[in-house]
Amino acid sequence: MKTLTGAQMMCEALIAEGVDVMFGYPGGAIMPFYHALPEYPQLRHILVRHEQAAGHAAEGYARTSGKVGVCVATSGPGATNLVTAIADAMMDSIPIVAITGQVVTSLIGKDGFQETDVTGITQPITKHNYLVTDVRDLPRVFKEAFHIARTGRPGPVLIDVAKDTQNARGVFEYPESVDLPGYKPNYDGNRRQIKEAANLLNQAKKPLIMAGHGILLGHASVELREFAEKTGIPVITTLLGISCIPEDHPLSLGMPGMHGWVHVNRAIQECDVLFTIGARFDDRVTGKLDTFARNAKIIHVDIDPAEVGKNVITAVPIVGDAKRVLENLTEIVNANEHSEWLNHIRDIQATRSKRQRDPESGMFTPHHVYAEFTRIMQGEFRVCTDVGQHQMWAAQLIEYMKPHTHITSGGLGTMGFALPAAMGVQVACPNEEVWAIAGDGGFQMNLQELATVVQESLPLKICIINNGYLGMVRQWQELFHERRYSATPMWSPDFIKLADAYGIPGVRVERAEDVAEAIQQARSTNGPFLIEFVVEREVNVYPMVAPGASISDMFEDPNEVEIEDVVAVK
Amino acid sequence: MKHTLVALLRDQPGVLNRSVSLFRRRGFNIESLTVGHTETPGISRMTLVVDGDTTSVEQVIKQLYKLIDVLKVSDVSQDPNVTRDLLLVKVYAPPAKRSELMQLADIFGAKIVDVVPDAMMIELSGSPEQLDRFVDLIRPFGIRELVRTGCVAMTRGASTVSGPYQNQEFRAA
Ligand SMILES: Cc1ncc(C[n+]2csc(CCOP(=O)(O)OP(=O)(O)O)c2C)c(N)n1
Ligand SMILES: [Mg+2]
Repeated sequence: MKTLTGAQMMCEALIAEGVDVMFGYPGGAIMPFYHALPEYPQLRHILVRHEQAAGHAAEGYARTSGKVGVCVATSGPGATNLVTAIADAMMDSIPIVAITGQVVTSLIGKDGFQETDVTGITQPITKHNYLVTDVRDLPRVFKEAFHIARTGRPGPVLIDVAKDTQNARGVFEYPESVDLPGYKPNYDGNRRQIKEAANLLNQAKKPLIMAGHGILLGHASVELREFAEKTGIPVITTLLGISCIPEDHPLSLGMPGMHGWVHVNRAIQECDVLFTIGARFDDRVTGKLDTFARNAKIIHVDIDPAEVGKNVITAVPIVGDAKRVLENLTEIVNANEHSEWLNHIRDIQATRSKRQRDPESGMFTPHHVYAEFTRIMQGEFRVCTDVGQHQMWAAQLIEYMKPHTHITSGGLGTMGFALPAAMGVQVACPNEEVWAIAGDGGFQMNLQELATVVQESLPLKICIINNGYLGMVRQWQELFHERRYSATPMWSPDFIKLADAYGIPGVRVERAEDVAEAIQQARSTNGPFLIEFVVEREVNVYPMVAPGASISDMFEDPNEVEIEDVVAVK
Repeated sequence: MKHTLVALLRDQPGVLNRSVSLFRRRGFNIESLTVGHTETPGISRMTLVVDGDTTSVEQVIKQLYKLIDVLKVSDVSQDPNVTRDLLLVKVYAPPAKRSELMQLADIFGAKIVDVVPDAMMIELSGSPEQLDRFVDLIRPFGIRELVRTGCVAMTRGASTVSGPYQNQEFRAA
């Protein structure tokens, strides 16, 4: 019978799982795999400049394509460099498979060169992980790994393969199915509970839908919209839920939480039924827990039973897949409208959105950038943001129209995410316009990836919001730490020259008047382009709920003025 | 309140480690933990005694279930059950004290498993409370060394924790 090496089996398994691209970085313990790789030209390998970027790129790929993202690294430092991205994928339920090489079996446990216990290190930050030391286990492990990563609540799975196992030979028979008696995700919500939810919604006077990442992960945008439209219930979208409903939809209200809109947080506090689906009541959403949604009965739909009842007391728990539960629910729930309730929220919104920074002040702020971006792009884009002020503004101010167009690191809040994740997004959507938006701080955490962008001819548009600070931390220092700007002022290199060194064209924009032209220039450039927006240094993201405070207690921009003619779109 | 949890685990690498570190991560204090074979080859049984309110115990059960190789978890505290702990204790026992100790052991149904001129090793299995009482009584003699295995538990009656994973032979019998 024909035999293959373990490394060949790994490639065959990837192909069997429908993988066509991976992001990685070679090294000693993974060399047999890289040796086999050229025999499989259908497997595209993208060489990153740091393994963390391989992880984020795999995430970006998975976050947009809905397929499993794959990243590869060697043992020891290669594997530990993946850790942040794996943790990020765990927090945001992203299906990725991370493949790492391990030292030869005889050296495992002996502190061999570049040995780290990567299955041990990643145990709490993976959905599951494997150490493979017997070539006969490889097909089953790959089959299980991809199955576990993509089903149920998705998440990262790591496969650590000893070097001698990659070299060993065996017969390759890829299993058709998995045998995991302890792993049976529940997709169909309990009928009785769904009925109870429908009853509660039918009786509600001020119902509200809180839609989270689960809608996007479960590809349930259409079902969400149908459900909202039939019931007339307004929809709020968590940071990771953004783009699951078109933001110009009459029922779409925007984002809740720490930097959510006043009218959205107010709606949470006033609603009588909060229908939450695919969201996990993160503290950045709820604020002080015991004051959250205090007038509401909560219906919580989630695919992960452990999320239900974890943070809030639930009146109706439903464990199931967002799409299926919504379908079932829409079928039985009464058609309704809630115009009075909706108008009430819109009224709050109307008085608030007039409160904006005075455009006469002459300050150039990210608000100008995002307003122009939204106006020019008309919803035809995918945006990857980094972490910080620019991220919150991008969530608030850019208008997202299509699912999976807003990609960000939510749960872990990983600076350095935007650029590598955007590479993965661009690889998944080669013909779409993909923008990486980062702060001056976060951009410098993974800027080495500009080389990958060029080597792989990725036509990414890169946008740096340069405020000369670790802005979000500076904001907290201003508000809660006596303005003591400890370790937040940040010097940066000349980003345009830097881009130039990589052969990437770019412009620096220092005035609101020049924003549109720069965006147009980026769009009309074939290939990558970088814009540095040098914005006002000390501007804060508002509205804001202080950490640990109730979402009823929001504070707004003290510098805002009431004006009709607002700069920002929303 | 104390809860006794019984979990069935597939014998896969790391499954015990995963379970235990889950308790640490979620801030759970384990009072006792034991693992051993079951009626089914390849499946181990973990018995845990934890202290916590019902909601947090429920959360831990759900988190345990999320582990791929955890097959079944039940909280048996509310069901009539038999809970047993095993004690080995080495007591200071000069010849003058021996008979008194042996009497005590006898009352509790404990076994003397080793005797040397100055010491005695006693073995006792029973409910944790029973063991506590015994230890209190022999403490004045001078305990040199003591070890307890931690609890194992089984519900009374014909039904089993394993449910669908239960041994075919047993079902036939
Ligand atoms: C890897 C990492 N380190 C530190 C932080 C803490 N942190 C959150 S926001 C922020 C400032 C980000 O600064 P910048 O990238 O310039 O974005 P800005 O807030 O100025 O828009 C920092 C340091 C983080 N989220 N991630
Ligand atoms: Mg900054």
